[in-house]
Parts: sequence; C-alpha cells; structure tokens
Amino acid sequence: MAHILAINDLHVTFPTDDGLVRAVDGVSLSLNEGQTLAIVGESGSGKTVTGLSIMGLHKRGATQISGSILIKDGDREIDIVSSSEEEIRMLRGGTVAMIFQDPMSSLHPYYRIGNQLAEAFLVHNPGKKKQARARAIEMLDLVGISEPAVRADEYPHQFSGGMRQRVMIAMALMNSPRVLIADEPTTALDVTVQAQILILLKSLQKEFHMGILLITHDLGVVAQVADDVSVMYGGKIVETGTADGVFYQPKAPYTLGLLKSVPRISTHGSDRLKAIAGQPPSLINLPTGCAFAPRCEYSSHAPADACATLRPQLLGQSPSHLSRCHVDESTRDSIFAKELKQVRP
Amino acid sequence: MFNFVGRRILFAIITLLAVSAVVFTIFSLLPFDPAALSCGQRCTDQIIEGNRIKLGYDKPLYIQYLLFLSGIFLGRSYGTGSAAFSCPAPSFGYSFNENRCVSSLLAEALPVTVNLALGALIIWLIAGVSLGLIAARFKGRWPDTTSSIFVLLGTSLPTFVTGLALLIWVTIKWKLVPLSVIGYTPLYENPVKFFQFFILPWITLAIAYAALYTRFTRAAVLETLGEDYIRTARAKGVKERTVLLKHTMRAVFAPIITLAGLDFAGLIGGAIITETIFNLPGLGRLTLRSTFEFDLPIVLATTILAAAVVIIMNLIIDMLYAVLDPRVRI
Repeated sequence: MAHILAINDLHVTFPTDDGLVRAVDGVSLSLNEGQTLAIVGESGSGKTVTGLSIMGLHKRGATQISGSILIKDGDREIDIVSSSEEEIRMLRGGTVAMIFQDPMSSLHPYYRIGNQLAEAFLVHNPGKKKQARARAIEMLDLVGISEPAVRADEYPHQFSGGMRQRVMIAMALMNSPRVLIADEPTTALDVTVQAQILILLKSLQKEFHMGILLITHDLGVVAQVADDVSVMYGGKIVETGTADGVFYQPKAPYTLGLLKSVPRISTHGSDRLKAIAGQPPSLINLPTGCAFAPRCEYSSHAPADACATLRPQLLGQSPSHLSRCHVDESTRDSIFAKELKQVRP
Repeated sequence: MFNFVGRRILFAIITLLAVSAVVFTIFSLLPFDPAALSCGQRCTDQIIEGNRIKLGYDKPLYIQYLLFLSGIFLGRSYGTGSAAFSCPAPSFGYSFNENRCVSSLLAEALPVTVNLALGALIIWLIAGVSLGLIAARFKGRWPDTTSSIFVLLGTSLPTFVTGLALLIWVTIKWKLVPLSVIGYTPLYENPVKFFQFFILPWITLAIAYAALYTRFTRAAVLETLGEDYIRTARAKGVKERTVLLKHTMRAVFAPIITLAGLDFAGLIGGAIITETIFNLPGLGRLTLRSTFEFDLPIVLATTILAAAVVIIMNLIIDMLYAVLDPRVRI
C-alpha cells in the first residue's frame, strides 16, 4: 500500500525566553490508506505539535521547522515544510483534516452548526452553497445525529459534548479527507460516549478509506482502534510497532512503564498504582544521553555510561518493531516479559 | 422572549422610580430654600411664601414627589388666577431663573448633546475598532507600535487639552473651521453648518474614546485568536483574512457593543468639558450653569434624565445581546 503521509526527520523548535524548546526532535513516521496509527505519549512529549505541523498550523511566531512532511494530494506529493501558506491552506480541511481534543470549545458559539459545516465545504468548493448545505446535513446524518436538517439550524450550546464531537468529526469529513488527524478526540468525553465515538471513527474510516493518525495518551483507546503504535517521549519516537507487538511485547522501558501504570480491576484495593518515578524531561535542556535515563529502572543492564552519554538509536531485530534503548534487546525481552506477567497474571 | 423583555422593562421602570425618588430626596435635603432661590434680588418674605405655595414647596415631601411624577405624564400648572402658568407634559418643573419650563430647556439642549455623542461615537467606533484590529493583526510590528503611541496619547491627554489645541490650531490659526459662534443648526436645515459646528467637538471626544477602544479591541482580538474555534476555522482551510474579519470579529463585536452603549449613555449625562470648551448649548453646559446658579429644578431634571438614559441604554444592550449571542436567547 502506498503512503499517503510520510514524515521524515521532523524537527520543530520554539525559541522562548528560557531557551530553545525542542518540541519535536527527529520524528519519522508514515501512514497508509485505511491504516490507524496511534501516537502515544504524555503531555509535552511532542505528539500534538507533530499533529499540528502536519496541518501546517505550527507556523506561529518564530517556530522553526525542518525535515519533511509529504502528503499525497491526488497525483501530487506536497511537502508541508517547504510549501507556501496558500498551498497548505488548500490541503487543510480538504486532503488533511483534523479533529481536536475539546469539542466544547472547538465550535464557534455564534454560528449555526449547519453553517459551520457548510463553510468547510465552501472553502474548497467556492459558490456551491446548496451543495454545501446538503452535504452538511448528509454528514450530520452519517455521524449519527438524528433530525440532521433541524439540528443543522441549531447552535453549538444546544448540543451535548458527545454530539459536538460528532459534529467536529462531520466537519472534518466534509471534503472526504485522505488523512484524518484525531488529537485526543475522546479525552473530554465520558467513557460510554468515548466508545461510541471510537466505533464511529472506525466505521467512517472504512467508508472513506482514510488513514487516521490518532494522537492520545489513553492506552485503552489505542488498544481499541489502532493498527500500529508509535510511542513518543521527549520529542522523539522511542518505540514503534504493531499495536499487538507494542502491547504484548513492549521493547522500550518507557512503554513498559506506561503499560505497568494502567490500573486494573483485578488489582487488590490496597496495591498502589505503579507510576513511573520522576518527571518528564524539560524540552529545553534534554539530558545528553537517553532522555528517559534519569527515570529508567533498567540502565544497570546497559553498557557502562551509555545511558547517560549516548543517544540511543531507533533499532530492532524485526524491522516492524523498533525501539530506542542501550540495553541488549533479548535481555530486555526476558526482563520485560517477567515484569508484565506480574501485572497481567 | 416576550417574558424576558417584559420583565426587563418592568425592572427598568422600578429602577427609574427608585433613582428619581433618591435624587429627589437628596435635593430636598440640601440646605437651600428652593422658594427663596426662586426669588430675585429684591425679595420679601411675602414673595417667598407666595412662591412657596405657587411652586408647591409648602406640601409634604412625598406629595411634592408625586406632583413631580404626575407632571412628567400629565403636565403641571402653577399658581391661581391671572398669575397662573403651566408646563405641558412632560413637565420636569419650572425654572424661576430662566422663567421657563424645564422641559423646554431640555428640549433645546438634548438634541445638541445627542448629536455630539452620536457623531463622536461613530468616529471613535470606526477609528478605535479598526486601529485595534490592525494592531492585533500586526502584533509586535510597526503598526502595533504606532497604535500604542496613539493609545498612550489619547488616554493621557485630557479633553480640555486636545479640545483647546484643536480650537487654537484648526480654528484660530489655520482657520479651517469657523469659530462656533454660528450656533446649533439641525442637520436637516443646513448640513454644512451642522458639520462645521460639531466636527471639532466630535474629534475631541473621539480621540479619548478611540484610544480606549483601540486598546480594548486589540486585547479582545488577540484573546479570541487563541480560542479553540479559531483553530478549527484555520483547520478547515479558511483564509486568514476571513478568520480575522469574520470568525474573530463576530466574537469581539458583542462586548464592544456593550461598552459603546454604556459610554454613549455616559456622554449624554456629562460631556461637560467638551461642551464648555466649544460653547455647545447642550445638557452638560445646562447642568453646569444651573449648578452654579442653584437652579435646582434643572439640576434635578438633568440628573434624572442622565440616570434614565443609562438605564434605558442598559435595557437596549441586554436586548441586543439576546440577538447577538445565541446562548443568551430566552
């Protein structure tokens, strides 16, 4: 299958008064038609900035960007990093669409839902007002909003949170995008609504054959919908592989830490949640060696001083499952398998 | 909707009654005898007592207040026999200094002040909002810096400085506008004279307010540009121009309208300095003059009028808000 999105060695930095913030530090990934790739990481790991860069929405103030973000638009391939603002604008909401974290604040409070949807269509199909309206109602129906023709004339405050996220999804799909970036689409919603939204996204993906880049910190969401997973830490991808591979055979110590910290119903009430000790690194002064080294329990298994002085490369015995760690991969596999058994009996 | 409007109008009427009662009481507590003040230089106790009865100052305070209120709706007559005179509704009392009904004095002064405030409002809204928008659009670049200099000057220069400076340079030195001895001419009678009469006072007032509105608009636009729904608009591929002029301005519009309504109401009550500098026969100058002359009926009327304008403007803004902001729809 051909890539519809290919990011190669992306660096995004923001100069601040305290120094250069390396929000994204050499990220490479690719997305195919119909594929769901999850980017997992905690706040400040660079996942949202990666998503915004794909939309070309990073260009605020003095942001510096290098590398390439190639997007297939019909027969052409457009590089977001080097393209003009006008070229990127034509892609936005057309070939590449994005849904955001907080549906409560992502819709304009003063405009009718139908008009906000229609605008997305009109930007890319100027003058076709009637079609835009018809498309808006069609999309509202598709995302499961009853009486779409009536609801189209209502305002955002008349919709519940889950309904607003459905509206946001409908808006993103107005022009049948090939790439959908979903930035924590279910974080602000309660659990039952989360499940509905995820099922909806999956069914729409089949209908539109789009690639979904799912940005999330919720491993439960990843397990439900992702085909592949890339784990980010300190602006870098520290592990990438299939969802099953990453879940059942994690290779990066950070991923293992994340998996161990997932609360389980079977855990005894008195057991404490196994959190990763320490704080995520500041993106201004990253450690010289491995960014995770100060919090890592396994650095004693690595060659002396390697963790503190050398940046680990993204490597692996299998080309489909890569990770960054100085500890020998087979050593890791055996230690991690034992540890996982303890939390997942 | 009707319920809301009805309730708001009822509240406005109650507030107006309360304000007028309080103002009326305060004025009656002043250590002046209104009957004595209504009498000229050669005064005798007999004339004073006669005036007291004629003007109703002999009656208990609450009766005086009720007479004042009924005068507004029914008109009022004073005295008996051949010396009787009356002020038709809406009557706000009788000024002995001027020997005229207060309502006719108000009727002369009000159009001047309303035209002054309205013209200034239009100028400062256009200038302030566009400058604020430009400053926000080019934040940190030279248009922003230039506008912040304007804001600094506009907010720190008092109107008596800008007003007098305009008068000295524009009217006296450069002779661009004739000195406003021509008097107030309504717009429909002679537009040229109307504009000549008002242009400098308008600019004087507008400079001060435009500076405030520039600052306000800039802040509101910058805040709105950081909203999630603006990011959504950009993600749809909307042009930056449309993002700014449509999506952002739509949200900034409502608070600006609120501010403008209140500032306009404030000006009706007291553009005293500007009216004095440019010799405009408006409400502010009428109030000032009658205060110096202890012409209490006029001061009472202008105070209540100013309060009424503020209350009515508030009512209008609240109803406008229900139209502007769908979330306030009732």
